[in-house]
Amino acid sequence: MKTILGISAFYHDSAATILIDGKIIAAAQEERFTRIKHDSDYPFNAIEFVLNFSKIKLSEVDQIIFFEKPFLKFERLLETYVAFAPRGFRSFCMAMPIWLKDKLFQKKMLINELKKHDNNFNDDKKIYFSDHHLSHAASAFFPSPFEEAIVLTADGVGEWATTTVAIGKGNNLEIKKEIHFPHSLGLLYSAFTYYTGFKVNSGEYKLMGLAPYGTPIYEDKIKDSLIDIKEDGSFHLDQSYFNYATGFTMTNDKFDNLFGQKVRDAKHEKLTQFHMDIAASIQKVTEDTMITIAKSLKEEFNIPNLCLAGGVALNCVANGKILKEKIFDNIWIQPAAGDAGGSLGAALALWYIEQNNPRTVDHNDSMQGSYLGPEYSQKEIEEQLDKAGAKYEIFKDQELLEKTASDLSNEEAIGWFQGRMEFGPRALGGRSILGDPRSEKMQKNLNLKVKYRESFRPFAPSILKEDLSEWFDLNVDSPYMLMVSSINKDKTIEMTEDQKNLFGIDKLNIKRSKIPAVTHVDYSARIQTVHKETNERYFRLIEKFKEKTNCPILVNTSFNVRGEPIVNTPIDAFNCFMGTDLDKLVIGNCYLDKKDQNPLLKKDYTKEFELD
Amino acid sequence: MDFLKEFWEFLKVRKKYWLLPILLFLVLFGGLIVLTQGSAIAPFIYTIF
Repeated sequence: MKTILGISAFYHDSAATILIDGKIIAAAQEERFTRIKHDSDYPFNAIEFVLNFSKIKLSEVDQIIFFEKPFLKFERLLETYVAFAPRGFRSFCMAMPIWLKDKLFQKKMLINELKKHDNNFNDDKKIYFSDHHLSHAASAFFPSPFEEAIVLTADGVGEWATTTVAIGKGNNLEIKKEIHFPHSLGLLYSAFTYYTGFKVNSGEYKLMGLAPYGTPIYEDKIKDSLIDIKEDGSFHLDQSYFNYATGFTMTNDKFDNLFGQKVRDAKHEKLTQFHMDIAASIQKVTEDTMITIAKSLKEEFNIPNLCLAGGVALNCVANGKILKEKIFDNIWIQPAAGDAGGSLGAALALWYIEQNNPRTVDHNDSMQGSYLGPEYSQKEIEEQLDKAGAKYEIFKDQELLEKTASDLSNEEAIGWFQGRMEFGPRALGGRSILGDPRSEKMQKNLNLKVKYRESFRPFAPSILKEDLSEWFDLNVDSPYMLMVSSINKDKTIEMTEDQKNLFGIDKLNIKRSKIPAVTHVDYSARIQTVHKETNERYFRLIEKFKEKTNCPILVNTSFNVRGEPIVNTPIDAFNCFMGTDLDKLVIGNCYLDKKDQNPLLKKDYTKEFELD
Repeated sequence: MDFLKEFWEFLKVRKKYWLLPILLFLVLFGGLIVLTQGSAIAPFIYTIF
């Protein structure tokens, strides 16, 4: 038995993954344990979890691999400062102490931290370092259902690379070309995230959600001034508009002048049509760039399969557009496409590329639905709920599903906590908040009373795989909620001329389809197909809901409030349940009704987590 | 010592010996900055981390 522990840390989204004989056994993000969103610290808890889950001690692990190379990153920093000097002196003075004190010595730091798991661990020769984008590429290719594929990774920045193209074949993966910092599609998108007043590294989703409210009127301006996209999809950013290479902000005054407004101050300024148009424009440019790259790669390598990873691959709208262009026959996207997935990719790269172990392709993919995190037995759930003072009933499976489906059809908001936690940023029916997509008030209710988040943000549908084509213009599986597609015409409700003229967010309140809670203003939806093979209980629940309502769809949003990491333990779930307007909570076979709970246990949850 | 050995190996592989004087300068004079500053985490530096 050969064991590999993969670690990603010290940037954002720390995580750990364990492989045994090449099989993914467990993976989790540190934020779920520490309750600090995007926690970047050493993932002590995540490592403890993956070790305990696999029932092995750290000293028994054969190799440990870190997802990137700190020296290479340091090289990039120094060269960048030299290239931009004397600009960036303040940033240099701030960054160097951190590097000289901690970051250059990450190997030593890792060894010291690792020893805390197991005193017997003392072999530093077991520690390896992967390359940031190779880790992403490996996480996209090796678990994919393809024998051969083009692998495209794009994110903010790794060591030097911001975009890479690799070819995966069998158990090998070779990087063919790269685009280097400071030219980065991820950082361009983040620059606009910053400009529209959202938080970099977490607000990119909001910008994407805002885009359909606007018109891409600044597309030409962006293409003419900020990004030069070549025929093959490679690109060059004009650095005179940006400040991220050496400064403390993403953009500068020249950027503001280009668009005519200052950076939005989220605390004091509301979102306006200007910001929506900006969002629509950068979204369009991102889509165009990705499509150009994809077309050129197909032409160059003539391989029918595409794998995607890196933060940009979480832009599910762009993914949907690539799919719609029919450039590739098949597309597979790593569900933990961000840096957390680097822990998985690094471990897989070591197992297959370095150690040359044979690879057997799983035609469904080998991510096991991404349900790779902790799980709790019925006994553990009851113990935790008792300790928290919760009042609950226990039902057998059939009755539980019947009751939950019935509550959902009565427009109640349900906390749904079942089986293993998801690995990656999306909740996929393991730690989810569920609702009735037919309800006209559900979208507003969930956004404002349950999730405490901005009212413009859309929700995603979970749909039984068999019913997909009846409801959506999509003919491939999307088990990880990474594809956006349109609702079929016969399910939509045309807006009147008056309604079409409504301003931005007001449009969202118009009933635009038979499933308004998951229909965005442009009639699109971020789809999750639910499969019996990977999450039977969730599948059965939707089946039950369909029996009652003739609708094979549920609203599925992550089980958390704005700024909070997705719940991990039954206690986290109970706290979130008591801090929000959720009506019911279903954990394992326990069924909790808000009305039965001790009102003294209610919390003011709005201040528990810093808004992102 | 291990660190210096590894960093030297790194410079050899990357053939970027010109980084060495910068690093030496930083280690010699930067020590002062390190000593006078706690683990300062800049509030908003996207790429340096």
